[in-house]
Amino acid sequence: MPETAAVLDATGVAKRFGAVQALKNASLQVGPGQVVALMGANGAGKSTFVKILTGVLKPDSGHVRIRGRESTVTNPAGARKWGLVPVYQEPSLIPDLSVADNLRLGDTALEPFRHWVAELGLPDLDPEAMIRSLPLASLRIVDLARALAIEPDVLLLDELTAALPTDLVERVLRTVRAQADAGRSVIYISHRFTEIAAICDRATVLRDGLTVGDVAIEPGIEERIVEMMLGGAVAAAMTETRPAGAASTETPRLSVRNLKTGTRLTDVSFDLHKGEVLGVVALEGQGQDELFDTLAGQRKASAGTVEVDGAAQTFTHPADAIAAGLTLVPGDRAHALFMSRSVRENIAVPLLARFRNWGAIRMADEAAKVTSAIETLQIDTRAQGEVRRLSGGNQQKVTIARWIAKGVQTLLLFDPTRGIDIRTKRQIYALVRDLADQGAAILYYTSELAEIRLACDRAVVIFNGRVVDVIDAKDADEQTLMRAAYGLTEKAPA
Amino acid sequence: MKRWIEANSWTLGLAVLLALLLLATKLIQPGFGASGLDSLARAALPFALATVGMAIVVIAGGIDLSIAAMMAVASVTGAVLMQGATDLQSVVIVLCVLLLGLAMGAINGLLIVVSKVPDIVVTLAMLFVWQGVALLILNAPGGGAAPWLRSIAAGGLPLPGLDWLPRGIVFLAVVTAAIWLPIRRSKLGLRLYAIGSDALAAFRSGVPVGQTRIAAYALCGLFAALGGLSVTMGTGIGEPIPGPYLLASVAAVVLGGVVLGGGRGGLLGPILAVLILRTVRMDLTLLSVDPNVAAIIEGSIMVAVVMFGAVLATRGRRT
Repeated sequence: MPETAAVLDATGVAKRFGAVQALKNASLQVGPGQVVALMGANGAGKSTFVKILTGVLKPDSGHVRIRGRESTVTNPAGARKWGLVPVYQEPSLIPDLSVADNLRLGDTALEPFRHWVAELGLPDLDPEAMIRSLPLASLRIVDLARALAIEPDVLLLDELTAALPTDLVERVLRTVRAQADAGRSVIYISHRFTEIAAICDRATVLRDGLTVGDVAIEPGIEERIVEMMLGGAVAAAMTETRPAGAASTETPRLSVRNLKTGTRLTDVSFDLHKGEVLGVVALEGQGQDELFDTLAGQRKASAGTVEVDGAAQTFTHPADAIAAGLTLVPGDRAHALFMSRSVRENIAVPLLARFRNWGAIRMADEAAKVTSAIETLQIDTRAQGEVRRLSGGNQQKVTIARWIAKGVQTLLLFDPTRGIDIRTKRQIYALVRDLADQGAAILYYTSELAEIRLACDRAVVIFNGRVVDVIDAKDADEQTLMRAAYGLTEKAPA
Repeated sequence: MKRWIEANSWTLGLAVLLALLLLATKLIQPGFGASGLDSLARAALPFALATVGMAIVVIAGGIDLSIAAMMAVASVTGAVLMQGATDLQSVVIVLCVLLLGLAMGAINGLLIVVSKVPDIVVTLAMLFVWQGVALLILNAPGGGAAPWLRSIAAGGLPLPGLDWLPRGIVFLAVVTAAIWLPIRRSKLGLRLYAIGSDALAAFRSGVPVGQTRIAAYALCGLFAALGGLSVTMGTGIGEPIPGPYLLASVAAVVLGGVVLGGGRGGLLGPILAVLILRTVRMDLTLLSVDPNVAAIIEGSIMVAVVMFGAVLATRGRRT
């Protein structure tokens, strides 16, 4: 606990969205001259908490005090008047205005801005340059320099160093630490333990919407923080382990080498064999979205190769990927389903997406395939008719069912069990296993670490756009995975 | 200088295109001169004012389908009140009509911001509302216009050596510059571009997004009122049935280099685009091309020019 009175004091903050209690009891205290890390696994409630602190959302209960006064902040501009300036994950700069106009928009003086931009390593930045024309790394620097030029009492930095080159990261960290040494307060949100160890005084840990710990940063604290982020989950879910599939020596179904795209996915390689379920473990925004989009033909790779059954492939359209036997089940069901059409039509769509079926639909054939897919998946079709009337779990089953009806070779599942009840989850694990046993190859990203043991044979861990570890399912307890996901097990680069 | 040319290359291109078209007109019709220019300017004026209003809303990331209907309301309100009014009274009436335009636009904006219904739906609904209002005020063309108002945009400038320059063009330039330039240089101008470019980033930068959006629609209403008055100026009566200004203004906005979706472009480009489209129409009439064929040609020119621009832009980015 801070000895001096906290500059920012949030206590007992709770927020509910419909049926989901995003925050139950979150607290955070930041004293003057302190850098406090706010940590939590995916879905712990960090983003909601940040939105409440910056006034974008109103808490259902609890209070936020700044310098002892109850915060009445209702928007980011208001937060600034209270001395709290956030720098968000995505740069909040207007793409069609110049740097100088962006400053004018927020009444920020140019001179201090220039000073900070130079301090942060971009002395040649032209204030008349259009934001649209600047690279992402420069935008983050501009965003931070703008915040520093305002001279805030409390600086809130959300995943600031993601996608920054190493030399800039160092300068940013030094500058942030100097801010605290000059008496200001900083809330630092990051997945990177090395940065937290370098500049933070304390860490506040969130789990399932609760503040579960507030610890001083000292050598070896990483393990404790990981434990706090996981909580009781470590003990549970250890019951169902399955034997790892025999390592295969044949040509892999899918072989990815040094794949790179955008700024997030920098260098990913792995092999996926027939009959195998390969888990993908990553914290939010480490490049997994880009990986799946690229493999599904929705994005072009800027470097690296993708081989399917030993043949090199380049996808320019999702149809290319589907033709090569790669099918994506996206994380957001709304992107995959035609919500106002029937279950039958939704399952049948991929069957029809070929020109040679251009004419009449062969109803009997279609009906047989659809019926068998529905039975395999035990989809509850009492809600006949529109897919949007089904429960989330049943909707998810429909997205998988359509590819079973078509006959699947390689399935790319992106967080298939998000927001689904436990019974349906188990059905999906069993289904994934059946598909693999029938010879399918499955790439399985999940945000729930416990699932790796239940559904996968192996898991690749991606951190900062690179594969940092490969873990056998039998060794994949949550603690091991969590440590790997935070880059703690990575061997130092040669 | 180089940056200025780069930033305004689209507008410069349009200016060259317009000059070429006027030259072509002179070749087609050797007698084309001051009176031809004057009739071109008068025909283009309501289109140009509608386009300016539409351009402001589109820059701010919206669209206003009710623009022609608002013009009709302004036109009939002005014409009905001005019938038999003295000069002094008519000045007050004109000012009231401009305020009415601001109010109609602000109502559109307010409905969009408060209801959170998409702008295209709200303004489509308001199209019918304003149309009904216009017909309630005057159910057939009628009313009157003060003589001074009628003379604003008719004939050439009463200055030696400049008498070839149509008053309509000067009126358009003065009014647009007087309203837009101070705004463009103020914070409101930045905010209009900001919410059109990226509303979330604008919100996070402290821009009052809702208020700015309402201001954009209010400005659009103001220019719609000016456009409606210009219809009355040209004909001397009020027109309760809106002219083809809606689609024409969207066309000119796009041709003028304002990106649908917002954030990019200015007002000069769309104004030049209006003049280009009107000149093309005039030339095709002079060449006695079938009006139906002329419409097909106009549409094709639009697609061709915008496509050509897109190709140039991608080339430029690659090199």
